[in-house]
Amino acid sequence: MNARLADTLALLKGDQGADRVVPPSGFTVRLTLLTSAAMAFLTVFALALSLAAGRLAQDWGEELARASTVRVSAPEGQMMEQVQKVLVVLEQTPGVASARTLTAEEQRALLEPWFGPALPVEQLPIPQLIEVRETPDGFDADGLRLRLQAEAPGAVLDEHSRWRKPLVAAASRLRLLGWVSILLIGAATGAMVTLAAHAALAANAQVIAVLRLVGATDDYIAQAFVRRFTLRTLAGAAAGTLLGMLAIRFMPAPGAVDGLLTGLRFQGLQWLWPVLVPVLAAVVAWGATSTAARRVLGDLT
Amino acid sequence: MIELENAAYTYGGEALLTDMTLTLAPGTFHFLTGPSGAGKTTFLKLLYGALQATEGAVRIFGDDVTGLSRDQIALMRRRVGVVHQDCQFLDHLPVAENVALPLTVSGQATPDQVDNLNELMGWVGLHGKFEALPPQLSGGERQRAALARALILSPDVILADEPTGNVDWEMSQRLLRLLIELNRMGKTVMIATHDLALIRAAKAHVQARVLRIAGRTLHTAGADL
Ligand SMILES: Nc1ncnc2c1ncn2[C@@H]1O[C@H](COP(=O)(O)OP(=O)(O)O)[C@@H](O)[C@H]1O
Ligand SMILES: [Mg+2]
Repeated sequence: MNARLADTLALLKGDQGADRVVPPSGFTVRLTLLTSAAMAFLTVFALALSLAAGRLAQDWGEELARASTVRVSAPEGQMMEQVQKVLVVLEQTPGVASARTLTAEEQRALLEPWFGPALPVEQLPIPQLIEVRETPDGFDADGLRLRLQAEAPGAVLDEHSRWRKPLVAAASRLRLLGWVSILLIGAATGAMVTLAAHAALAANAQVIAVLRLVGATDDYIAQAFVRRFTLRTLAGAAAGTLLGMLAIRFMPAPGAVDGLLTGLRFQGLQWLWPVLVPVLAAVVAWGATSTAARRVLGDLT
Repeated sequence: MIELENAAYTYGGEALLTDMTLTLAPGTFHFLTGPSGAGKTTFLKLLYGALQATEGAVRIFGDDVTGLSRDQIALMRRRVGVVHQDCQFLDHLPVAENVALPLTVSGQATPDQVDNLNELMGWVGLHGKFEALPPQLSGGERQRAALARALILSPDVILADEPTGNVDWEMSQRLLRLLIELNRMGKTVMIATHDLALIRAAKAHVQARVLRIAGRTLHTAGADL
């Protein structure tokens, strides 16, 4: 444990000697920098996509739960009776969590945008609205319509947000795909660093032989490579992440429209997520280079 | 220091070296000779653990080489100074840093080693070459830089593989004098060479044992040299 810690500290502090013994191999290292920047940039977008899809699924899901109303229109004298019947039917319907008649004030508030505040709701023959909340499983809308027709002919079931149901499913799936993409990008980063590390180790076979001959341990030699690739990946990923975050930050403002494209952004603490990207990329690079170095060194005399 | 007991080595196929028994006592001076391709380099590799005997045993500082881990072999190499036949350097680092490389990789590179390094570079006559890159050195300078690198950790044993291979007679005499001086300081020295004139030149200054590889094994050469 302590040795691990010491290794990590040495990695961060930068053992000058270990860093210098491997020649500054521009090519593989520059490619590593570039690729990890690109990967981080993509990760930030996948992350934003996942979070936006998640938000959307949740918002729309909540809206769906209180999406239905029953509108009862009846002549003056029958209104109370019909409303009572509807409430009884709703109470007996599986999948309905609760049902409640809107008060006169609420109805007025709903109509205000169209008719102004002075509307005498009580004196107008406007329908009575009943708000229906459903359980997560939902109810059988067609069955409910048939029963309402039979019991209270003046009642009409309105499911104004029903059309969003498949969209919620799609948003959930999109969120999943976003996370899968992030995993794939991570795996690709690991593969890329492994290839680059192998190339660097092969290109420096003579350096490694000299180091072995003067008494360098495998750990020492490995560290020189691991450190280089880990730091380059960290730097590249940090740059890519920063660019990604800026791009997301300066997306055209969402405005009032609540959609997937306009919702592609981080909110509040969600800004911490992309900060993790360079760190995870560095961890992946560290693991990949360590494994590659140990495998190559183990084969030498 | 280093012992061989009925040791043999085979690269695969026919045996190259067989049935060798030898003890390198502290402070002794050995020459190893034999025609090119006889197995001198291979023999030295057995002595510093780069190869493991395929038969018999090799003990370095009392430890059987077959029982050593990779890390233990790395640590052991810090106690044996080797001047390789094809002395290889890190070509991107200046000579001084190459000479100090054993200090660097063993974590002993501290500022107070600078005097030590200065002295050693002066001793091998590379004073003006601190900042030169290895490819800019002549053959003789490379050999002396390799010797300095082999000595920087003050090892007890120095193994030199054809140290005078690519240099003129005068330079080879100079290298020989350096090695004899080291032996006087108490180090165990072994020089592999096919150059019999060098051995004769040494005999006037040091009591050297001459080992010869012939007929796939090790002989103590007679006094006819
Ligand atoms: N890595 C190797 N694999 C196979 N054969 C080798 C290897 N190294 C050396 N040899 C062979 O072993 C023999 C002895 O080589 P070496 O020890 O270098 O001789 P010397 O140093 O006396 O010239 C040579 O025939 C050489 O071809
Ligand atoms: Mg040889």
